[in-house]
Amino acid sequence: MNKNRVQVLSIPYILWVIGFTVIPLIFVVAKAATNAEGDFTFEYLLAIFDPVHRKALLLSVCLAFISSVICVLISYPAALILKSAKFKDTKIIMFIMILPMWMNFILRILAIQLLISKNGVINHLLSVLHLGQIDIINTPIAIVIGMVYDYLPYMLLPVLNCVLAIPDDIIEAGKDLGAGKFHVLTKILIPLSLSGIGSGITMVFVPSMTEFVIANILGGGKIQLLGNIIEQEFSVSMNWNLGSGLSLTLMIFVLITTLLFGRNSANNRNFVL
Amino acid sequence: MMGKALGKIYIVLVVLFMYAPIMVLIALSFNASKSRVIWGGFTLKWYRTLFESSAIISAIGTTLLLALLSAAIACIIGLTASLGIYAMKKRDYKIMLFFTNIPLLNADIVTGIALMLWFVKFMPLGFSSVLVAHVTFNIPYVILCILPKLETMDIRQFEAARDLGATSFYAFVKILIPDLMPGIFAGFFMAFTMSMDDFVITYFTKGPGVNTLSTLIYGEIRKGIKPEMYALSSLLFFIVLIMLIIVNISARDNKDKSDLAAY
Repeated sequence: MNKNRVQVLSIPYILWVIGFTVIPLIFVVAKAATNAEGDFTFEYLLAIFDPVHRKALLLSVCLAFISSVICVLISYPAALILKSAKFKDTKIIMFIMILPMWMNFILRILAIQLLISKNGVINHLLSVLHLGQIDIINTPIAIVIGMVYDYLPYMLLPVLNCVLAIPDDIIEAGKDLGAGKFHVLTKILIPLSLSGIGSGITMVFVPSMTEFVIANILGGGKIQLLGNIIEQEFSVSMNWNLGSGLSLTLMIFVLITTLLFGRNSANNRNFVL
Repeated sequence: MMGKALGKIYIVLVVLFMYAPIMVLIALSFNASKSRVIWGGFTLKWYRTLFESSAIISAIGTTLLLALLSAAIACIIGLTASLGIYAMKKRDYKIMLFFTNIPLLNADIVTGIALMLWFVKFMPLGFSSVLVAHVTFNIPYVILCILPKLETMDIRQFEAARDLGATSFYAFVKILIPDLMPGIFAGFFMAFTMSMDDFVITYFTKGPGVNTLSTLIYGEIRKGIKPEMYALSSLLFFIVLIMLIIVNISARDNKDKSDLAAY
């Protein structure tokens, strides 16, 4: 096969990448580094240090962090159970657990809103049982619930894959050499599943941190994440320079997360196929 | 065994957490009362209003057309790109993969904004801008489905066909395409569902008047309780479910066939 001739086939894609991935990002940088008159300025690049924006960034990072931790705490025991219990149809159970990943995510937020809003289903059940009321809609708690619900499959999948792939021989060997349950967990299972947990964290943390839809629907517009501020700069305040500056900050945070926890395996959805 | 029973309960609880909200949503889509908590009897009227609303019908059409077109275009560009990348030297190969990863790693909101800034300069916001945006984030998924298949493929069959006198195009169609078909199919399916699922990028790149199901649902639920939206969501749920089951069954059939062929 003539290699040079085959390489030519990728030219349409290279043009597409330059046109629709690289140039748009350059546009963001250019917008972020200029003011409305088109003159160079540091104002928007440093806008993140403004107290309002700093507070929003902090809240975004906090909520994303809490959501990621909760997702790990839910997923890891599930993975250990599926590994040790040796159910007959582990694959099918896994399929069922991951399936909601394919459901439209606005739809899933709508479902959560239905449950936890003030006159929602949960409060109705509680009042029938005379158990008091929950008042969490429009609070950060509601947003965390939404994030966990939306992104849990993205944690479950890599964690399950990783834990189930650990060979039983290694665990047996550890036990033979005198390791108790606790040491098997801390010295064998957890170290061997770190890569799965890492890619799970990236896949939950990045979308949670850059989120604005969940905060709009479950936060009632009262809670400002960095994503909300950026969205408003583009759709309401029309200060695109400021919006671009903040987007650039967001990108840097995404990059740091990816470098810290490993890249997300985008091919994850492939599991179902 | 006590431990196994507890384990089962835990798994059931996780599954319940994932499905209970969707089940409630589906149940309410058949509720005659507009209330979220009072059961007013079984009805299909929300489904009827769904199909009487021209806005919803046109959103369904836009969503499907967008998903089909963007997945098809992404498959063509992604397939040729994969072949080209596969033939590249290690350094170029790595550079290409780096650029392929950008839309996957980047936050949707940044991708959406970047494309919007580009579109407002060079083309009107509308169906075509959303289509370009969807193709942009779909191509990487296609490449990541096809490239691994190319790498595990036996290229000697292709070379043998060439040696026996097949033109490279004929050998490509007869040897490579059938081998790559599962990858192309997986890429198409993934691109199709990613496009159906997308909200953020569509939200920033669509012009006024263009609505996909995601943007329509988003706009409607902010206005208040709309049982039609529950009906629409339930429909979406079942469409995706049926698609997944079909894809899995056909994938299993293919696997069985190839297992048989191996004997």
